[in-house]
Amino acid sequence: MPGKLKVKIVAGRHLPVMDRASDLTDAFVEVKFGNTTFKTDVYPKSLNPQWNSEWFKFEVDDEDLQDEPLQITVLDHDTYSANDAIGKVYIDIDPLLYSEAATVISGWFPIYDTIHGIRGEINVVVKVDLFNDLNRFRQSSCGVKFFCTTSIPKCYRAVIIHGFVEELVVNEDPEYQWIDRIRTPRASNEARQRLISLMSGELQRKIGLKVLEMRGNAVVGYLQCFDLEGESGLVVRAIGTACTLDKLSSPAAFLPACNSPSKEMKEIPFNEDPNPNTHSSGPSTPLKNQTYSFSPSKSYSRQSSSSDTDLSLTPKTGMGSGSAGKEGGPFKALLRQQTQSALEQRGGSPHRFCRRREFPFFTLTAFPPGFLVHVGGVVSARSVKLLDRIHNPAFVGIMSNTRSYKLLDWNSFNSDEPETRDAWWAEIRQEIKSHAKALGCHAVVGYSESTSICEEVCILSASGTAAVLNPRFLQDGTVEGCLEQRLEENLPAGCGFCHIPYDELNMPFPAHLTYCYNCRKQKVPDVLFTTIDLPTDATVIGKGCLIQARLCRLKKKAQAEANATAISNLLPFMEYEVHTQLMNKLKLKGMNALFGLRIQITVGENMLMGLASATGVYLAALPTPGGIQIAGKTPNDGSYEQHISHMQKKINDTIAKNKELYEINPPEISEEIIGSPIPEPRQRSRLLRSQSESSDEVTELDLSHGKKDAFVLEIDDTDAMEDVHSLLTDVPPPSGFYSCNTEIMPGINNWTSEIQMFTSVRVIRLSSLNLTNQALNKNFNDLCENLLKSLYFKLRSMIPCCLCHVNFTVSLPEDELIQVTVTAVAITFDKNQALQTTKAHVEKSLQRASTDNEELLQFPLELCSDSLPSHPFPPAKEHLESASSNSGIPAAQRATSVDYSSFADRCSSWIELIKLKAQTIRRGSIKTTVTVEKTSPMGEGNFRNRSAAPCANSTVGVVKMTPLSFIPGAKITKYLGIINMFFIRETTSLREEGGVSGFLHAFIAEVFAMVRAHVAALGGNAVVSYIMKQCVFMENPNKNQAQCLINVSGDAVVFARESELEVVSTQQPAANCQPACTGGEVTT
Amino acid sequence: MTSELDIFVGNTTLIDEDVYRLWLDGYSVGDAVALRVRSGILEQTGATAAVLQSDTMDHYRTFHMLERLLHAPPKLLHQLIYQIPPSRQALLIERYYAFDEAFVREVLGKKLSKGTKKDLDDISTKTGITLKSCRRQFDNFKRVFKVVEEMRGSLVDNIQQHFLLSDRLARDYAAIVFFANNRFETGKKKLQYLSFGDFAFCAELMIQNWTLGAVDSQVDDMDMDLDKEFLQDLKELKVLVADKDLLDLHKSLVCTALRGKLGVFSEMEANFKNLSRGLVNVATKLTHNKDVRDLFVDLVEKFVEPCRSDHWPLSDVRLFLNQYSASVHSLDGFR
Repeated sequence: MPGKLKVKIVAGRHLPVMDRASDLTDAFVEVKFGNTTFKTDVYPKSLNPQWNSEWFKFEVDDEDLQDEPLQITVLDHDTYSANDAIGKVYIDIDPLLYSEAATVISGWFPIYDTIHGIRGEINVVVKVDLFNDLNRFRQSSCGVKFFCTTSIPKCYRAVIIHGFVEELVVNEDPEYQWIDRIRTPRASNEARQRLISLMSGELQRKIGLKVLEMRGNAVVGYLQCFDLEGESGLVVRAIGTACTLDKLSSPAAFLPACNSPSKEMKEIPFNEDPNPNTHSSGPSTPLKNQTYSFSPSKSYSRQSSSSDTDLSLTPKTGMGSGSAGKEGGPFKALLRQQTQSALEQRGGSPHRFCRRREFPFFTLTAFPPGFLVHVGGVVSARSVKLLDRIHNPAFVGIMSNTRSYKLLDWNSFNSDEPETRDAWWAEIRQEIKSHAKALGCHAVVGYSESTSICEEVCILSASGTAAVLNPRFLQDGTVEGCLEQRLEENLPAGCGFCHIPYDELNMPFPAHLTYCYNCRKQKVPDVLFTTIDLPTDATVIGKGCLIQARLCRLKKKAQAEANATAISNLLPFMEYEVHTQLMNKLKLKGMNALFGLRIQITVGENMLMGLASATGVYLAALPTPGGIQIAGKTPNDGSYEQHISHMQKKINDTIAKNKELYEINPPEISEEIIGSPIPEPRQRSRLLRSQSESSDEVTELDLSHGKKDAFVLEIDDTDAMEDVHSLLTDVPPPSGFYSCNTEIMPGINNWTSEIQMFTSVRVIRLSSLNLTNQALNKNFNDLCENLLKSLYFKLRSMIPCCLCHVNFTVSLPEDELIQVTVTAVAITFDKNQALQTTKAHVEKSLQRASTDNEELLQFPLELCSDSLPSHPFPPAKEHLESASSNSGIPAAQRATSVDYSSFADRCSSWIELIKLKAQTIRRGSIKTTVTVEKTSPMGEGNFRNRSAAPCANSTVGVVKMTPLSFIPGAKITKYLGIINMFFIRETTSLREEGGVSGFLHAFIAEVFAMVRAHVAALGGNAVVSYIMKQCVFMENPNKNQAQCLINVSGDAVVFARESELEVVSTQQPAANCQPACTGGEVTT
Repeated sequence: MTSELDIFVGNTTLIDEDVYRLWLDGYSVGDAVALRVRSGILEQTGATAAVLQSDTMDHYRTFHMLERLLHAPPKLLHQLIYQIPPSRQALLIERYYAFDEAFVREVLGKKLSKGTKKDLDDISTKTGITLKSCRRQFDNFKRVFKVVEEMRGSLVDNIQQHFLLSDRLARDYAAIVFFANNRFETGKKKLQYLSFGDFAFCAELMIQNWTLGAVDSQVDDMDMDLDKEFLQDLKELKVLVADKDLLDLHKSLVCTALRGKLGVFSEMEANFKNLSRGLVNVATKLTHNKDVRDLFVDLVEKFVEPCRSDHWPLSDVRLFLNQYSASVHSLDGFR
C-alpha cells in the first residue's frame, strides 16, 4: 500500500443548463480511481456550484498510481430519471510521483464531454502521499522521469545515456467490440478514452521498469503512438532513450556572468547541455582505429542485402523461420560482438550489456557537445503487414467464416498479440541496425518509428541517422580526460560529424568523397542527409530552409495479400522518387545537407502518398553543390534545344536567387582542394532503404541512378518535364519569413520572445474523374504549397519571423480525400541582429578553417561579443525602415497597426479600470450582483497586483505551447512532468456546429485549452516539445455526423523570462499558486 | 480539387481587426473577401484570392465561436478555450458593443421588443447598414437592457461591470437603456435634427436629477425609472402660469436680471408668457405616461421652435433658462 491519493472537489463554474424548466443545474461530482468511487453532495440549482468537498482518500498501490488516471465525472442529479452526465475530466497523476516535479495538481479543468465538447470548468485539488517503500520497484517505476523533449532537458545534465527502450501494449478497440452495437456513442468514446489512458499509463510504467533495470532514472525523447488497427485491436507503443540525468543544482549555475538578455536567448539553441563542464571536456571521438576496425567488410554488404530478403511475407507464422532466419542468427551474434568491441568496456554483467545493446538506437535529435562523433547518413526501413491475420488457429477459423465481431475472449489473444507486433518491430529495427552497420556506424540517432494503416494493410516505418558516438556518455565509468584531450586536437568541432565513418576503399554505396573543406584532413561526402537537428557546433553558411518532396502514386484497389503486394511493389519507386526530388530541390537551393529528414509514406484505398520534409543547409565542411543540368534526348531539334536552354537558364537563375536569399556565400577555396567542379557521374545516396514484403524482383534497389549523372535531368518525356516544372513552382516564402522543420533555424539565433504555436488542418476532395499520377501530384503539391502560403499570410503580423519545427502529417481518410495536418511554431526574431550574426558566422567559419584549437572556448565568447554591441537598439527610424522594407508591407499599413495597438492598450486599461470599479462597488454597501461567484480570498490581492503592474498581469494564466524544446528569451526552470492526452470528439449535428471545419476548429481549440489547463494546474506556464501525434478525422455528412481523435503530448514546464531570472527563487512559489490566482481572477 | 475542410487554430487566438470589422458590419464571407481584395491586401502581401478566402473563412469561424462569449463579456475573460491577450479581449468586446449612430437614432426610445426587431429590415434599407449588423446592435441593446433592468446601483456602473465596456460606451448604453425604459419618442420628424449625442446628454442629466437614484434611494431600477413623486411635485408648478400675479412677478424678475444681457431681449419679453406657459405645461403633464413619452416632442414644439423662429442664439437660451429657474426661488411659495 505505498500511496495515498487525496482529491478535493472545490467548485464548478459556467456549467451548462441541465434543467430546462429552471434554467439551472443540480450538479454533483463522482471521483473515481481504480475501483473506488466517491461522490460529493448535490449542489442544487446553480451553474456555479461550490462543493468544497472533504478530501477523498484513495489508498492504492503505486502500480495503480502509474497506470490509472483519476476520473472525475460531473453529473446532474435527477430525482426521477437517471442522472445525466455533464462531462468528465481525466487527470494523469504521474507528475506527482516524481520527487522533483509538481507537488500538487490544483486548478480549473475544462469539463469535457465527447459529444458536447467543453461544458464548464471544475476546480480540483489533487495530492499524493507516497510511502517510502524500499521494495517498491517491483512492478512500478515511480520516480522515472519522462520527457518528450528529444534533447537533454535544459535543467539537467546527462551523466549516462543508456540507450533505447521500447514497449508496446495491445488491447481490443472498444469501438469494435460487440457491445458497441448497443451502447451510446458517448459510452463507447469514453470507454476508448479510458482504455487508452490506462494503456499509456501501463506502457509508461513498463518502460520505466526497463529504465530502472538499466540503472537509468529518466526517459528522454519519449514518443508514444497509437495504432488504431480497427478490428484487430488497438496498439499503444512507445520508444525512448534511457538516461541518467543529474539535476543542475540552481538555475544561477548556468547563468554566466555575461548578463545581456539576448545572450541567453542565443545560448539556448546552441547550448543543448547547459553544464559548463562538458564544454571544457569538449567533443571527442572514440579511438580512431576502433572506428575503422568495424568498417564494413564484404560480409557486411552481403548481410545488408540478405536482411532484405530475410524479411518474410508478413503474416507468416513464427518469426525468423526459414533459411534467412537461420542465417540471421550468427550474424546477430557477430554484430553484437562488434558493437561490444566498438563501445568500450562497460560496467555490469555481459548479459545485461547484450540485452541493452540489442538496438543501439537513440531517439534524441540533439546531443550534448561531443556526443556525436560522425554521421553516416539516413537509414530507414519499411515493412508492409497484414493486420487481420493473427497467429492463433482458433481465431483464424472464426475469421474465415465470418467477418462479424469477434466473440472470443480477448484475454487469450492479448498474451499472444504483443508478441506479433513486437516481432514486427524487432524485424524492422534489426534491419535499421544492419543498415547502420553497413555505413560503418554502431549507433542510430534521431530514431523514430511510425505506421500508416488503411483497412487491414499496415506500413511500418522506422528511420534514423547512422552515427558513431562518443562512448564516454554511454558508459558508467569515468574517462581519463587527458586521453580525450589529445584526441580532440585532431578534430575540429565544426566539421567532425561530417567526416565519413565508413571505409573509403570499401564504401557501402557509391559516393563521391572530398577532403573536408574545413579541416582538410578527413574525407567528407558531397551531401549529407540526416534525421537529427543541426549539431550545435556545426559551421553553417547562410540560412536554412524547409525542403519538401511530395509524391502520389495511384494504386489499384485490392484485398489483403494482393493489396500488400501491390503496395510493397510501389514503395521502392516512391522512395526513389522522393529521394530524387529531395536531392534536386537541395541542389536548387544551393545547399548540401539535410537535417530533420522525415519521410512519411501514407497508404490509402487507391493511392500512396509520400511526403518528405527536411531542413536544407549549407555546411561549410561539405563541398559546394554542383548545379542542375538539363539534357534533351533529341538534340537535333532546334526549337527543342531552345526550350531546353531556356529551362536551363531558369534553373540557374533560381539557384543564384536562392543563394542570395539564403545568404549562401561560401568562402573561396583554392582549386586543388575542390577538385573537378563537374558533377561526378554517380549519385551519392545516404539513403538506405529497404522493402520488407519482398517479392524477389525488389530486393535491392540501387538509388544511385546507375551511370547517369546525378545532376543531369533528362527531359525525355512528359514526366521529366513535370519534374522540372514542379521544381520551379515551389515558391519561396515571402520576404521576412523563413521556415524549417528542425528545432531552430540554422543561421538565425536572435529570437525575440513572441511565439505562436498553431495547428492547421486541410482536407481536399479529389475529383474522381480518371485521376492520373500527374494530376494527383499536382493536387497534392498545390495543397501543401497553398497551406504554406496561407500560414505565411496569417502570420504576416509577426514578420520578421521563422516557422520552426514545421511538421506535416498526411493521411488518406477516404477514397478521394487527402488530409494534411501541420503543426509548427512561428517565432519572431530581430532582423538587425540577424544580419550581424550571420556576418559573424561567416567570419567564424573562416576562423574555423584556420584555427582548430580552442574552438569550444571561443564559441560562447563570440556569442557574447556579438550580442553585446548589437543589443542596444538601433535608431528607431532605421529599424522601422528596415523592418518595413523587409516585410514587404507598406509603411502605411504598419502605421495603422501601431495605432491599433495603442488602442488595444487603452482597451485593456479600460478593463482594468472597470474591474477596479467593480471591485469597489462590491466592497461598498450595496450588493449589486446576483451571481453566485464568490470572491476568493486570493481575489482581491491578485486584483491589486493587476492594477499595480498591468504588464505583469498579462502573463498571468497564459500558457505557452511550443513544439520546440525551449522558449525563446526565457529559461526553463523546472520540468513538471509529461503531458500525454487522448481525446475523442463526436457529433451528430455536424451542420449545426458549423460543418466539418467548425467542428474540428472547435475541437482543436478545446484540446489546446485542456492541455493548457492541465499545465496550469501543475503550476506550469508552458508546454515544450508539444506534438500532435494523431489527428484522425472521419465524417459522414449524409448522416450529419463526424468523429475525431486527437493525441497530443509534451512536457509541462515552468519558465522564467530572462529579465525575471534574478528573482527566480521568489517566482517559483508564485508559479505554484498560479491556479489559485486564476481561480480568484474569475470572480473579479 | 475542392477544399472540404480548412482550419487554422493558434495557441493564441489570432484576431484580425480588419476582418473583425467586416464581420461586425455584417458582410458575408464573399463580400468581405471582395472588400479585402479591393483594399489592396493581395498586392501588399503577394497572397492569392484563395488564401484570402481561407483566411477570411477562418476568422469568421473564430468570431462566430467567440460570439457566444461576447454576449456575456466576463465569460470571455474567464473562459479557457481561447487564449486571447487582455488587450485583444477588450478590443473584441468594445467593438462588438459599438453601434452606428444612424441605427441607434432609429431605435432610440423604442420598446426593445420582437415587434421592433421585425422592423429592422426597414431600418436596414433606410440606413444602409446590413440587416445582420442591425440585428447585432439591436440584440446588444436588448441584452444590456435585460441584464441591468431591475438592478440596484448606478446604471453606468452596472453596465460596465457586466459588459466590461469603456466608460464612454457604458454611458451611451445607459442612455439607450434609459430611453428604452421610458419609451421617449425620438423618431418624429421634428426631432430628426437631434443627434444621439444630444439625447444621451439629456439622458445623463435626467438620470442624475429625475430618477429614483437621484434622491439616493436604493431600489431596483433606481436609475431607469423616473421618480414618480418628483413628477407629481412638478404639478405644483402650474401656479406659475395660472396665478397672474405670480406670472408677472416672475417675468419682471427675469427681465430685470437679463436686461442688456440678452440679444433677443425684446422678443423674450414679448414671448415670456408663452414660453413660460409652454414649459410649465410640459412639466405638469409628466404624470401621464403618454406625455412622458412625448417629452422631447413637446419641448421642441413648445419651447425650442418659438425660440428658433425668433432666432435666439444658444447662449441667450441658456441665460434665459438659468435665470428663469433661478428667479422662481425668490417667488413666494417657492422659497
